[in-house]
Amino acid sequence: MTGEITGVILMFLIAVVLAYPLGKYIAKVFKGERTFTDLMNPVERFFYRICGINPGEGMNWKQFLKAMLTINMLWLVYAFVLLVFQDKLPLNPDGNPAQTPDLAFNTAISFLVNCDLQHYSGESGVTYLTQLFVMNFLMFVSAATGIAALIGVLNGLREKTTQNLGNFWVIFTKAITRVLLPLCIIGAVLLAINGTPASYDGKDSITTLQGDSVQVSRGPAAGMIAIKHIGTNGGGWFGANSAHPLENPNYFTNALEMIMQMIIPIAMIFALGFFLNKRKWSVVIFGVMTIGMLCLLIPTMVTEVNGNPAIAKMGISQATGAMEGKEVRFGPAASAYWSIMTTIISTGSVNSMHDSSMPVSGLMQMLGMMINAFYGGCGVGILNYLIYIIIAVFISGLMVGRTPEFMGHKVEAREVKIAALVTLLSAFLVKAFTALAAYMVARHPETGWAVQPGNWLNNPSYHGFSEMLYENTSANANNGSGFEGLGDNNIFWNVTTGFVLVLARFIPIIGPVAIIGLLAAKKFVPESPGTLKTDSWTFGMMTFAVIIVINALSFFPALALGPIAEYFSLR
Amino acid sequence: MTQRKSNIKLFDPSLVGTAIKQAFVKLDPRMMVRNPVMFTVEIGTLVMFVVMLYQLITGDQTQGALWYNTVIFLILLITVLFANFAEALAEARGKAQAESLRKTREDTPAKKVFVLGDMYVNEVKVVPSSQLKKGDLFICEPGDIIPMDGEIVEGIATIDESAITGESAPVIRESGGDKSSVTGGTKVLSDKIKVKVTTEPGESFLDKMIALVEGASRQKTPNEIALTILLASFTLIFIIVCVTLKPFADYANTPITIAAFISLFVCLIPTTIGGLLSAIGIAGMDRALRANVIAKSGKAVETAGDVDVLLLDKTGTITIGNRKATHFYATETNDEKEFIQYSALSSLADETPEGRSIVELALSNGVNAAVQQGMQFIQFTAETRSSGVDMPDGLKIRKGAFDTIRTMVVKAGNKVHTVTEQKVKSIAANGGTPLVVSVNNEIKGVIELQDIIKPGIQERFQRLRKMGVKTVMVTGDNPLTAKYIAEKAGVDDFIAEAKPEDKMNYIRKEQASGKLVAMMGDGTNDAPALAQADVGVAMNSGTQAAKEAGNMVDLDNDPTKLIEVVEIGKQLLITRGTLTTFSIANDVAKYFAIVPALFIASIPALQALNIMGLKSPESAILSAVIFNAIIIPMLIPLALKGVAYKPIGASALLRRNLFIYGLGGIVAPFIGIKLIDLLLGLFM
Repeated sequence: MTGEITGVILMFLIAVVLAYPLGKYIAKVFKGERTFTDLMNPVERFFYRICGINPGEGMNWKQFLKAMLTINMLWLVYAFVLLVFQDKLPLNPDGNPAQTPDLAFNTAISFLVNCDLQHYSGESGVTYLTQLFVMNFLMFVSAATGIAALIGVLNGLREKTTQNLGNFWVIFTKAITRVLLPLCIIGAVLLAINGTPASYDGKDSITTLQGDSVQVSRGPAAGMIAIKHIGTNGGGWFGANSAHPLENPNYFTNALEMIMQMIIPIAMIFALGFFLNKRKWSVVIFGVMTIGMLCLLIPTMVTEVNGNPAIAKMGISQATGAMEGKEVRFGPAASAYWSIMTTIISTGSVNSMHDSSMPVSGLMQMLGMMINAFYGGCGVGILNYLIYIIIAVFISGLMVGRTPEFMGHKVEAREVKIAALVTLLSAFLVKAFTALAAYMVARHPETGWAVQPGNWLNNPSYHGFSEMLYENTSANANNGSGFEGLGDNNIFWNVTTGFVLVLARFIPIIGPVAIIGLLAAKKFVPESPGTLKTDSWTFGMMTFAVIIVINALSFFPALALGPIAEYFSLR
Repeated sequence: MTQRKSNIKLFDPSLVGTAIKQAFVKLDPRMMVRNPVMFTVEIGTLVMFVVMLYQLITGDQTQGALWYNTVIFLILLITVLFANFAEALAEARGKAQAESLRKTREDTPAKKVFVLGDMYVNEVKVVPSSQLKKGDLFICEPGDIIPMDGEIVEGIATIDESAITGESAPVIRESGGDKSSVTGGTKVLSDKIKVKVTTEPGESFLDKMIALVEGASRQKTPNEIALTILLASFTLIFIIVCVTLKPFADYANTPITIAAFISLFVCLIPTTIGGLLSAIGIAGMDRALRANVIAKSGKAVETAGDVDVLLLDKTGTITIGNRKATHFYATETNDEKEFIQYSALSSLADETPEGRSIVELALSNGVNAAVQQGMQFIQFTAETRSSGVDMPDGLKIRKGAFDTIRTMVVKAGNKVHTVTEQKVKSIAANGGTPLVVSVNNEIKGVIELQDIIKPGIQERFQRLRKMGVKTVMVTGDNPLTAKYIAEKAGVDDFIAEAKPEDKMNYIRKEQASGKLVAMMGDGTNDAPALAQADVGVAMNSGTQAAKEAGNMVDLDNDPTKLIEVVEIGKQLLITRGTLTTFSIANDVAKYFAIVPALFIASIPALQALNIMGLKSPESAILSAVIFNAIIIPMLIPLALKGVAYKPIGASALLRRNLFIYGLGGIVAPFIGIKLIDLLLGLFM
């Protein structure tokens, strides 16, 4: 067991050690300083020229958001069309069928918003063409969109007073050419070396030890699995995601995929410090997020390693911990660690089945997604954290006897309104749509959808409720993992989570960009000894308290009916 | 100071009576809607009322026992009433404060001047003051109470302002200068003045102030609006929580009564801060009024808490009134007695405090100068820039600034001793003011005048520095003197040889770098700077122009008042912040009381969440609702008095308040709800 835990600690430390220089590099890239990747210059200039972009042109926050939203809309239409007609398009060696419109709607949105909910299975629901030109493509651009939004915000905070958040197209392009692509090339090569497929051949047939003949799906998977983690997307090539032996062949690839998904979110925190020249602030943010992560991780690891009390009551020894739904090659500690990381970081790839986790683990996974700001997704994690900061700044600013200010700008009614709206949104989306689902299950179980509401849930009572709650939480957090007991490929879940996904992606991006855009245009107020310092540990503690309290208040009753009730009945 | 400041107790019986009445009047939904949090509670109360009626008529028992629903209804109603009472009490206190000021000036007889044209003598008739309009003229003679705020257009008078300021010494007001403004309610002691009314009836500063403490016409400040938005969004979150609980409960096969839903909702929404928010704002204005400062808007008080730079006049604020003579330095040491004699003689007719202090110092040195027959006193004029006396024996004694006397001496062909020059320099370098005395155009010596720094002022500046406020001394002294006094008093910066436009420029410069500046002033030439400053406090004795330009008026004419104003502003903001934190932190315990109570029947495992060990679901819900109601009146004293401000640095202050009101806010309701549950256990 010590070995397993050492492995977990090493995975974390290596990721942090690699993220630090990467953060420094990212800051340099977006500050426009010289880096070794300047060799990409001609490529970028080529794109700017054919797209008619003037890279020197600045954008105010409205122009910035307009550019971002327009191009995202275009990608959505493109992805939808390809998915609906994939059966008629080339690169379909296994002859997979087209997606139904409601599934295509959900899938296109899901990948566009960096969530990858996947109400289909990669082996049968998509073709090599759509895997590459929809999934893989959207994984890159959605991650780059998140990074670009954060860099725009940082540009606003960098100057004393400015309207200019930078040029969205330039930041977006650089995020791909300078950050995502180089990292993915390294990741993909390492994966391919370790046995992840990277060919265009169709299914292979093998004979198992029992003598059965089994069809095994393959394809150009290594590249997609790299960006799936680097870009905190989480959508697997195969249905079983990183629990699949070809997607995640051994303990090394498991560690590699783990580190790949952590590296950009953590690097962005350090990049913030280098970019704004506020090293201490980034350390405090990293500290608060790490403490939050540990609060979720430790109970999860303990409960998974200790095994299931219900099984223990039957007198069965569980020397290796709770193994239901887990891969023997990873063990419970590494699986618990993955399950927490993937939920707080908004990747949503899985190397064990979360539906089979212990109730405490399920609770922690959901909490991680509800908070969605402990490291968080590519760029957007810090944007979510920023919303909590604005609320913390407002309340604690008052408590020190000044009207609240953040980074030298007064926080007033408009900014509070936006921050409150964003906070409100996640409580609304998760609870309202879970309530709708619960209503359908309780009152209209016979509705004639592809899967009847009465048959949605693989488990009764509390755990069944958790399955629905988890699905909406995952969609709202743009996470993409699932309690896969839920029968989710039907019009109800495809459409409702589709709406949750798109709202929960773009409003929490528009919100912080608008807040910072408004703040940055205001008069700059220099710091005085009476000013509340946002880079102090005291303020970090305050932010942590705000995060906990807001989420506890929003979600406690729902969690009490799901995992908490399950936990107490299992004891 | 006056008695008025302390004579209103927190729960003065007459005020409480008015407040209780007002609490019911304020139930009017049109008024309640201004406070979204409490408005939703009122709606909840109404729903419970309907449930109660329905049960009475139909005898339906599915919604719980009738007595139980009635109790819940009453507690909710009381919750709303408590919140209204807090606001009404704050209003009543503010109004009482303002009324006591206004009483002095209501319907005093006014000697109104009717202008009949150039040909006739104007007619004077006595009319009630309420008939005076802006621009009217009235006359005041000794013994008259001035009926309205106005500006003297003719004459000079001594006036007793004790009714407003509490200061018994009479003050001089005269037409033309910076001291031409008179306040209604004060009394003319001597002489006759003609005064022009400067405000419309009902629009004086006091009327404006009264409007600020009246709930109905009160404008919310920007920060209050922002906080209301935040609280409203919390309320919305809890609406979502409660509405979605219905299908969740259906799924879990748990019936939940309407009473339970509404109780959960009311407990969760931030009723504590929602109920006290406007009381806090009004109390802030009231505290300003209690300090004898009339704020023209709530925003001005709020801004005062943010001030970064404070411009303070040296005289009266940092130093006591005027300079005093402290030393005589004769040019030739053997002539000392003679020199003192000359100095005293030259100052005999000098009625300025400096002049008198010279005579006094001479007396204490054993030199008694007396007025002799045939002495010709020369008054100080701007032209000669010196004063003095021509003696009957032909001696011409002159006293003035070094430059002036030197010019005179050099013109007459005499030399200036280096001893004199050195003395002048060393006095200036030590913060003193040198006055040079010459006899028949020959310098006899130097008198040193010194500023006396107010005791305790250093500590106040220290406190301001800890608050993060920079202090700037404004003085007409030369830079050397100014620097010395600035260092001695502990101010951060100074403006020497200041002209009115220098103040303006300094304010602009600080504002350009984003700082908020506060200043105090009284003269007409201060008016632009007062208007430019973010917080401009005009002295009540100042000109109408100054009072119009500032956003606060200080009735005491006390230049150190700015410091108090800053603290009042900070206190106001802190009270809002801490009570918000407290209110939200309370929810943790309420969840632990109510959530298990709601589901315990169908999910017995959730009994584990009942960590307070509350007796039954009914008593748990009731305890939470009762706690939620009584915490409001328990916090009224805190809301009205304000949370104390400690200048210990922002981070330390945050830690302190977070510990007291955050952690306290989590722990207090656990104890409170448990106690109420134990008490209820005796009856249920």
